Amino acid sequence: MEEVIKVLNLNAYFGNVQALKGINISIKEKMVTAIIGPSGCGKSTFIRCINRLHEVVPHTKVSGEVLLDGKDIYSTDVDPIELRRRVGMVFQKPNPFPILSIYDNVAAGLKLNGIKRKDNLDEIVEKTLKMAALWDEVKDKLNASGVSLSGGQQQRLCIARALAVKPEVILFDEPCSALDPISTAKIEELIYHLKQNYTIIIVTHNMQQAARVSDYAAFFLMGELIEFGKTQDVFTKPTDSRTEAYITGRFG
Amino acid sequence: MNIYKTRKAINKLMCTIALLCAILTLVPLISIFGYVIFKGISSINIDFFMHLPKPVGEVGGGMSNAIIGSLILIGLSCLWAIPLGIAGGIYLAEFGNNKLGTTVRFAADVLNGIPSILIGIFAYTLFVLPMKSFSAVSGAFALGIIMIPTVMRTTEEMLLMVPRTIREAALALGINQFRATVSIVLKTALPGILTGILLAIARIAGETAPLLFTALGNRFWHQNLTQPIAALPLQIFAYAISPFDDWHRQAWAGALVLIVIVFLMSFISRFIIRLRYKFPTPR
Repeated sequence: MEEVIKVLNLNAYFGNVQALKGINISIKEKMVTAIIGPSGCGKSTFIRCINRLHEVVPHTKVSGEVLLDGKDIYSTDVDPIELRRRVGMVFQKPNPFPILSIYDNVAAGLKLNGIKRKDNLDEIVEKTLKMAALWDEVKDKLNASGVSLSGGQQQRLCIARALAVKPEVILFDEPCSALDPISTAKIEELIYHLKQNYTIIIVTHNMQQAARVSDYAAFFLMGELIEFGKTQDVFTKPTDSRTEAYITGRFG
Repeated sequence: MNIYKTRKAINKLMCTIALLCAILTLVPLISIFGYVIFKGISSINIDFFMHLPKPVGEVGGGMSNAIIGSLILIGLSCLWAIPLGIAGGIYLAEFGNNKLGTTVRFAADVLNGIPSILIGIFAYTLFVLPMKSFSAVSGAFALGIIMIPTVMRTTEEMLLMVPRTIREAALALGINQFRATVSIVLKTALPGILTGILLAIARIAGETAPLLFTALGNRFWHQNLTQPIAALPLQIFAYAISPFDDWHRQAWAGALVLIVIVFLMSFISRFIIRLRYKFPTPR
């Protein structure tokens, strides 16, 4: 098992507030790594540092290294735009582009980067919608608005949209927090299938979800990485008392 | 029990007052519309749209030159003011979180409050004096200046109303900021921006003062854009202060046409937007 991402002494700031403090972690290839922890512990900030989306917010700062395939993504010769095509992201609230059709939502990442060959696009759109387990539900209304779908369908559309640009890593930022249990189950099943081809990092508030979908789990608290290991180990025999307290529901 | 009754009574009273105020605000609008239609409709005929003004003393004739002149002036103004205003708005919304942005915002708001006659004088010194002629271009310059602050500020506000998550979704796909702004954010905000543009057009369509020094008006067809050009508000003004009954009637007709032009523009562009955007924009 290869390490795709190696994070070395990562610090992230919002103005003067330090949101991440010296994070060191290795993410394994084609595995699901869950990031758990109470609100405000830096989970989302952490994954937003991996596709350099943290820096688009004004007055933010990052220091340290994030090695993707051995190359520091924060080195000056890395183009964040290129990087974001390799590291896709699915957000907390489903956010399809409201003015685009279902088809164009999926094709947006390609079209707006200059890939316009129709037959090629058709193929990719169909393939990614199938991968996102949405094709059967939308194949007859590809020209309908992306926001006409239900919340769960919208989130799968967003997954298809992320898949279409062929990333290596996909970041999920609490992808099910706005969804009902049935839609959640679908997304979780999807993540299970996707890990055959992609490295996945998922932020979640839901402990059971982390236990169900992830191979590795990292527990964050107040911007620090408290514990990291195989999900089974973290959940059954945590080494840190704070992890245990959180997992057993004593706080958070 | 007593308190309950008093509360109910006060509630009813306040609701009635609010309703009355709401109706009261409609009164000026409806009376202007009604009066202009009432006075103008009888003088509207084919001649009014097809013919030039008749010489003084002759009854009949029309305002075809002024109608076309107004459309040309509006078109010319839009041609330079809308791109400038939208580009400025994009800058303010996406990159304007700095001193320059604050300054530009302040300047736009001040510009919006400057009496239009001063803008007319400005255009006069800048265009009319050096060119030694009143002209359509100087008129369009003055009208454009009046448009810019409205277009720029509405563009900015509408862009800022597009949720942050939509922007981030585009960026997370590896789309560069410029493409994300133009192809996703601007498109999402377009119906709102169009409303701002229409407001600006409605305002300049009726502006008279800045045209007095620039377009001047013309009782004939304009020769070219560097020559004086007729405009509906100017023609209405000239006819309204004249001593002739027939001209008064035509002034009313002109006013009606002006209102209809603004109304039609607003209606048509909304229709086009709706065709183009079949989707509801959640907002």
